[in-house]
Amino acid sequence: MSDLATALDGASFDGLVKVEELHAQGMITLRGDFGDPGFVTAVTGVAEVSMPGQRGAIVDGRRGLLWMSPDELLLLCTYAEAPILAAKLDAALAGQHCLVANVSDARACFTLNGAYTREVLAKLAPVDMSRDSFGPGEVRRTRLAQVAAAFWLTSDDGAQIVCFRSVAEYVFNLLKAASAPGSEVDFL
Amino acid sequence: MLILECPYCGVKAEETELHAGGEAHIKRFGPGSSDDDFETYLFQRENPMGVHFERWRHVNGCGKWFHAARSTTTLEVFGTYSARTFEPPQEIKDKITARLPGWSWRDLS
Ligand SMILES: [Zn+2]
Repeated sequence: MSDLATALDGASFDGLVKVEELHAQGMITLRGDFGDPGFVTAVTGVAEVSMPGQRGAIVDGRRGLLWMSPDELLLLCTYAEAPILAAKLDAALAGQHCLVANVSDARACFTLNGAYTREVLAKLAPVDMSRDSFGPGEVRRTRLAQVAAAFWLTSDDGAQIVCFRSVAEYVFNLLKAASAPGSEVDFL
Repeated sequence: MLILECPYCGVKAEETELHAGGEAHIKRFGPGSSDDDFETYLFQRENPMGVHFERWRHVNGCGKWFHAARSTTTLEVFGTYSARTFEPPQEIKDKITARLPGWSWRDLS
């Protein structure tokens, strides 16, 4: 079997934070009626993660459910299990008006790790990154400079970012610039 | 800087996270309508100095369309509300009246 090629082949950068392209995150986009217990039961049953509330990010090990909009979730899993879970979801949701799409190859993911994680994100997104207003357990869809992205905190000094694969290099370069040594603002 | 709270995801989004969608509550006139109605639907827009109702999309966010009521002169925002309505909710109209008694917009007041 051939090796899996991610957008940037796992590129990384060490600056104010450590920026790393994640190797092959599994991602499934789900759309449906959150008010329908049938939808919620099927999704949480297959994901084995509980249903997040508004803007919630529930990540438990390799599995996670992110609240992307009032009718959209992003299911996180390993790359290998994404097609298997998508097939299970298709079966569990048969007959319901909903969408299940394995988007693992359509997205790129980065992780940030280091004490300046909040500051690096704050430089690029129009989001209040202070501890009072944004913390672990919440996902934020926004923009990083000129492209759409979503991120959530994986710890108090770590974050994961999802963007379209086609802008992976742009986002990586943004993250490198925002975490250039000597560019700390020390506000957050 | 204009800040609107998206009624769908609850984010207080600043302007660069949003996309302006023009005037709100426009009734469509399509095939079979009179030329006058069609022309009005396509081209005639309010250009108020003060209270205005607009459509916005949380484009760099949850992706949903919503409505906003604001002042074009002060940028004061009276509120945002669901896209699924033909006119502003009473609560929004009451808020505007409290701030600007005597306001009017199209046939609303
Ligand atoms: Zn929104």
